[in-house]
Amino acid sequence: MKILVCITHVPDTTTKIKFTADGTKLDSTGVQFVIGPYDDYALSRAVELKEQFGATVTVLNVGTAETEPSIRKALALGCDDAIRIDAEPTDAFFVAEQIAHICKQNNYDLILMGRESIDFNGGQVHGIVGELLGIPSFSPVMKLDIEGNIAKMAREIEGGKEYLEAPLPLVLGCQEPIAEWKIPNMRGIMSAKSKPLRVIPPTNPQELTKSLSFELPPPKGACKMIPADEAEKLIELLRTEAKVL
Amino acid sequence: MSVLIFVETTEGKPKPSSLEAVGYGAKVAEMLGTQAVALVLGEAQELEKLGNYGASKVLHVADSRLNTGVIQAYSSAIAQAVEKENASVLVLAKSSLGDAVAARVAGRLKAGLASNVVDLPNLSNGFVVKRSIYTGKAFANTAINSERKILAIKKNVYPVTPTSNIATVETFIPTLNDNDFVAKVTNTEKSTGTISLPEANIVVSGGRGLKGPENWGMIEELARVLGAATGCSKPVSDLHWRPHHEHVGQTGVKVSPNLYIAIGISGAIQHLAGVNSSKCIVVINSDPEAPFFQAADYGIVGDAFKVVPKLIEAAKKL
Repeated sequence: MKILVCITHVPDTTTKIKFTADGTKLDSTGVQFVIGPYDDYALSRAVELKEQFGATVTVLNVGTAETEPSIRKALALGCDDAIRIDAEPTDAFFVAEQIAHICKQNNYDLILMGRESIDFNGGQVHGIVGELLGIPSFSPVMKLDIEGNIAKMAREIEGGKEYLEAPLPLVLGCQEPIAEWKIPNMRGIMSAKSKPLRVIPPTNPQELTKSLSFELPPPKGACKMIPADEAEKLIELLRTEAKVL
Repeated sequence: MSVLIFVETTEGKPKPSSLEAVGYGAKVAEMLGTQAVALVLGEAQELEKLGNYGASKVLHVADSRLNTGVIQAYSSAIAQAVEKENASVLVLAKSSLGDAVAARVAGRLKAGLASNVVDLPNLSNGFVVKRSIYTGKAFANTAINSERKILAIKKNVYPVTPTSNIATVETFIPTLNDNDFVAKVTNTEKSTGTISLPEANIVVSGGRGLKGPENWGMIEELARVLGAATGCSKPVSDLHWRPHHEHVGQTGVKVSPNLYIAIGISGAIQHLAGVNSSKCIVVINSDPEAPFFQAADYGIVGDAFKVVPKLIEAAKKL
């Protein structure tokens, strides 16, 4: 089995987001970048499948050289080799085209990634890749088992789960609890340094969207406090003042 | 030219979030000087009423194979409807199905897709939409440069007042092949009788401050009297006190209801990210230093076990 895991390199979930003064890009001063938390689930499941079936796992990132620490961490977790497409990932279609291009040369059985990146939250890339390759795509997948050529999955839907079966190859956007998050061990970290990382220029750069500017939400007004022993007054305020009841 | 709106149904009826999408789509159609066409997949009733929300025509694919969301078949049918109606814009409401389908349609039509759209597009210089990014911590103004455009809108973005207008309903038969049905839905588990979290106008959420799953009775009771959905914080779903689909936050469900009531949740930045586009936030916490109060509109510092029963009593009198 051949598995491709696509990862993003994004600000940690605790990051307080701020932008440069002209509002055209993220102010990354002091920002800790990590592998996207959803991508981490995809990676962990891929490594589990490798242990179960002896798969080879390739990790792919579309990004500049700054993302290499995240790629090395993925290799330390158990991926066998890595590909970095040397480009800024600013548009979902552009990113999906890069991934699809690599997939067409490699016949992966499974293409896994997080359900969405936690920077732009588009949740689009898996679906576009599926369409570009003409194979099924599902997201958000919270359970994945492989039986022969069939993937048995659970997808989270509003208020519950949907159980699905589909033949490989597939593209899946993953989320918890598809696998336990893994932490690289010392041997993994040492071996990651010598695992192959290919850097490839982007193909046919085509961007359908372009973010022109960024802004923060307006600051929140003061919180109106209600004494606990008059808690019932809250309901009245929500009805007459906030007008939400 | 037209604006096409994909209307998601549940048990043959349009979902409320999709009605909002129709209203939004009708407004975009008006801005573009064209008409709004709604698309419904699977068996459904009373579709002419989508006219109440601004659709002038409804395309109906009355194929029972589409009664539940089949991602590939849906994508294929929607892409064909876009081409048939020569739609320049496709609008849909964000959901687990809508998101998965929108991406595939975008891939098929090479259409630029903006997700989490929070406002009407700005047409003064191209086609620019405002969308929520960094899980609600910020916004991007994004130009869509492709000929066809897809907008996945967040809940509560464009409230619509229904009229008595009626739409014409037209049967549409897209070409679907076996490949569109290669994936099989073998089973669906869905909590019944409760309000779906992303669709809810009011959400009552509980955190670790409630001390244990056995104490959720009062949360459910408050939700019931308010007609609200129940949610929870990440630690609560990690501890299996509540099911994962109730987890609200950065890596869970993102909600934007009219009213979000957080009980016993301290307000970690990851939780706030999932709720900060709510219109009104109420925080009930015994710790006056809980960071959530800084993001709240109304706050009560107190013991949830004393405060919540009072709220239930007061809400019953509404």
